[in-house]
Amino acid sequence: MNGAPLFGVLVTCGAWLAALALRERARTPWANPVLVSVAAIILLLWAADIPYDYYAEGGAMITFLLGPAVTAMAVPLYRRRNLLIVHGRAIAVGVSCGGVTGILTAVWISGGLGAGAETVLSLAPKSVTAPIAMEVAAEVGGLPPLAAALVIVTGMAGAVGGPPLLNAMGIRDPVARGLALGVASHGIGTARAYEEGEEVGAVSSVAMALNGAFTAVLLPLLVPWIWPT
Amino acid sequence: MNSSVNANSARFLLGFTLLCLFWALGVLIVNWTGAPIPANVVGMGLLAAGLWMGWVRLEWVAAAADGLLRHLGLLFVPAGAGVMLYGEIIRGELWPIAVTLIAGTALTLAAAAWAARAFTRRGEGDRP
Repeated sequence: MNGAPLFGVLVTCGAWLAALALRERARTPWANPVLVSVAAIILLLWAADIPYDYYAEGGAMITFLLGPAVTAMAVPLYRRRNLLIVHGRAIAVGVSCGGVTGILTAVWISGGLGAGAETVLSLAPKSVTAPIAMEVAAEVGGLPPLAAALVIVTGMAGAVGGPPLLNAMGIRDPVARGLALGVASHGIGTARAYEEGEEVGAVSSVAMALNGAFTAVLLPLLVPWIWPT
Repeated sequence: MNSSVNANSARFLLGFTLLCLFWALGVLIVNWTGAPIPANVVGMGLLAAGLWMGWVRLEWVAAAADGLLRHLGLLFVPAGAGVMLYGEIIRGELWPIAVTLIAGTALTLAAAAWAARAFTRRGEGDRP
């Protein structure tokens, strides 16, 4: 058995642990551990002149676990099933409106400003959690790694700018706030939502899972209409 | 090793196996129907349905699911690092990307919040 996958596994886990330690010290959404790990790994590969493909031999083993992990999102959803019963209509309407707006604004703004097809289709699923966004981007002709990076920046933008925007709009209802943060900025927004309270965070986590599934079903059907090739 | 450690590790393994099984069901369905949906999202839907109907007990999958989701971020780091292969695209289209991220995210937040609030108004007391 050859040891090549060891490099990717060790570098990824090491970078992740270091990034978690950094976040403990710098309490800001900009010290996002995914962003920090990705930047550290790219710097290392670039400085040591190691090709991405060599790193990816081990990376693929970690990426494989996204299969069971996305499936596992059913568990927090099931635990919060009470919210679906109590706020079912608000959640359904909020997720559909937010999900459709997320797709249309991403495609129309970037396309209107002259971005190429690969960029537009990588931006289209930017509001849903990265593992789902990567799969959806691959499905519609975007670039999964680019989609993952754009998703993370979207999450940080929503976590930083979301609460002030909602305040400016006069949105005080905890269900509406959690819903907006989860739909627009997935897990990173959800972490921010939990800082506002348990109910805001719980609604946000449900909204994130539902918008992931909603966008995964809708986007491939919508793309021929909104981005004809 | 005492028996509770054995029970915990067996529960994790049972959960991991079930998660992979539901994912595999998703793969089968996507292959059969040709539906353009990620197989793991189909797996999530099937597992949610299984839990809701009581076919799958929460304690069978909870340990593995919580373990995987606690470090979900770690799992997409290798794919994210692949962005180094597309530096040229990002540099060339930095402006449309930045505007889309900021304006698109703000509009999405606003749309979701407005739509949800229309249905959560608990009486008229919320209105100024």
